[in-house]
Amino acid sequence: MAAAGETNRGGFRVWLNKRLPVDKFVSDQLLEYYAPKNFNIWYFFGSLALVVLVIQLLSGIFLTMFYKVGESTAFDSIEFIRREIEYGWLIQYIHSTGASAFFIVVYLHMFRALLYGSYKAPRELLWIFGMLIYLALMAEAFMGYVLPWGNMSYWGAQVIVNLFSTIPVFGPGLVEWIRGDYGIADATLNRFFALHVVAVPLAIILLVTLHLVALRQVGSNNPDGIEIKENKGADGKPVDGIPFHPYYTIKDIVGIGVFLVLFCIVVFFVPTFGGLFLEVPNFDPANPLSTPEHIAPSWYFTPFYAILRAVPDQKMGALLMLLSVVAWFFLPWLDRSPVKSMRYRGWWCRGFLAMFVISFLALMYLGLAPAEGIYVTLARIFSVSYFAFFVLMPFYTRWDRVKPVPQRVTFHHE
Amino acid sequence: MTDAGVVADDAAVDLSRRKFLTVATSATAAVGVVVAATPFVASWKPSERARAMGAPLDFDLSKLQPGQLVTVVWRKQPIYIVSRPNELVGKLSANDASLKDPQSAASDQPEYAKNVMRSRRADLLVLVGTCTHLGCLPKQRFEPGDATLGADWPGGFFCPCHGSRFDLAGRVFAGSPASTNLRIPPYIINGNTLTIGVDGAAGAA
Repeated sequence: MAAAGETNRGGFRVWLNKRLPVDKFVSDQLLEYYAPKNFNIWYFFGSLALVVLVIQLLSGIFLTMFYKVGESTAFDSIEFIRREIEYGWLIQYIHSTGASAFFIVVYLHMFRALLYGSYKAPRELLWIFGMLIYLALMAEAFMGYVLPWGNMSYWGAQVIVNLFSTIPVFGPGLVEWIRGDYGIADATLNRFFALHVVAVPLAIILLVTLHLVALRQVGSNNPDGIEIKENKGADGKPVDGIPFHPYYTIKDIVGIGVFLVLFCIVVFFVPTFGGLFLEVPNFDPANPLSTPEHIAPSWYFTPFYAILRAVPDQKMGALLMLLSVVAWFFLPWLDRSPVKSMRYRGWWCRGFLAMFVISFLALMYLGLAPAEGIYVTLARIFSVSYFAFFVLMPFYTRWDRVKPVPQRVTFHHE
Repeated sequence: MTDAGVVADDAAVDLSRRKFLTVATSATAAVGVVVAATPFVASWKPSERARAMGAPLDFDLSKLQPGQLVTVVWRKQPIYIVSRPNELVGKLSANDASLKDPQSAASDQPEYAKNVMRSRRADLLVLVGTCTHLGCLPKQRFEPGDATLGADWPGGFFCPCHGSRFDLAGRVFAGSPASTNLRIPPYIINGNTLTIGVDGAAGAA
């Protein structure tokens, strides 16, 4: 017996949609969400980051079922997972490979934004949410690296937490508060576990949601840097847009397929990736009385670590390292170019971007190399060029000679 | 036509009263949030047990051989206790020219260790065995003219991580990534007992 004004016609779907806006959501987010039709290979990495997030959440949930937090149990429980849990080795390698995959995908995603000016108005907030995700990801990766309680976990935590002691006045007290002891200890491991497993993932999920909501509000940028919303057809839909579903869902599935093939190759054949994804000293348990021969953070932190070590003064080094990450947040306001995409910018912008990419990769390498001799000199040179990209941006983006931007998106370079 | 008790007349709304209540409620809530957060923030401080474990530590100096380095753990940090050879102590001030902070002005040590020897007693060096650069453990290289550190090496400590070099008083040599001397913990000496973790006038001799 239907209530007044309600009909039984349409069955479950109508019943459901009256109570939960499923169709409206699918329509708004997928079928009626118009994305520029000229996306290229660089537009795979956003959806891939989402895929990696899901991989990390699922594999992480299973690892918490077997991991035993605590300074006397943590290392053994990781070995237990690797050797005695059925497929434990697989779940553990999926999670450790996923951490590196996350950063590869996110760095390529960020490079795309630099290439096509995707951080420029009206996408400043979208960019800031993205950068906050990146910061949360760094915290998540760092604390996750401590959990196996290997010797590199221990000494990595020691070095990174000690960076806070360079803060004037509050530093030493702050470090003690972060550790919960007079050194990296059981208390530190326990709180990092709580943050790694509960707090930071929640923050990441919230920030990813905000990132996507902001994206839906302003729409995707594209390789031509044209606002497709400004050119609508008679039907009110952007003439250069196509519905996200089925066009880009299908395209993304191809990207995900290729990604998973590469991901599995690493998981099954080179999970340590020559000591880059899993460092050799971490197969030894934490030992406060023995430092690894050579302390290097995971590869995705090394550009910032290289900047830290390049500066002779420790406080300045820590400050510059902080600035090297914070500078990214200000890109939308540092960039004064009238066009977004590198396709229509001149050689000033292209040259500085190329220099920045080279500096970033060089610092990544130098952060892994020992801090001596020529490596320190090189790290100093590349630190300068790294910062030049940001500091000089308001100038070279204005001097730059830009080309006219077409009215419609294009499919061929130049 | 309004129901009883429902105010329909906008003119009857006292906006300044409403604003005051809004501000007062928000302020009370903000204070409440700070107060409620206090126990959670405080829970991160070292626990009673951690503090008890970090209590002062006694060491029997009669166990220390001349020229020997003994490592004890105090507050999760390795503490190096070194019986310094007398002939090398006398040469310490010769290093001054090649040091970053010969007077220990910018370094971390108790008042009584702020001297050339950086210790209460010339023959006994007590220091925190973590590099002031990034916390690695400097290794003992007491032999002057060490094979890898060069013929002019006066003897001291070498950090294998990033190559910081320190003299036999834990003072950092110029050209090292560390910018300050090795830290000295508070300690007192009573006869043959070294107590690490307390300050005091005792044992100044």
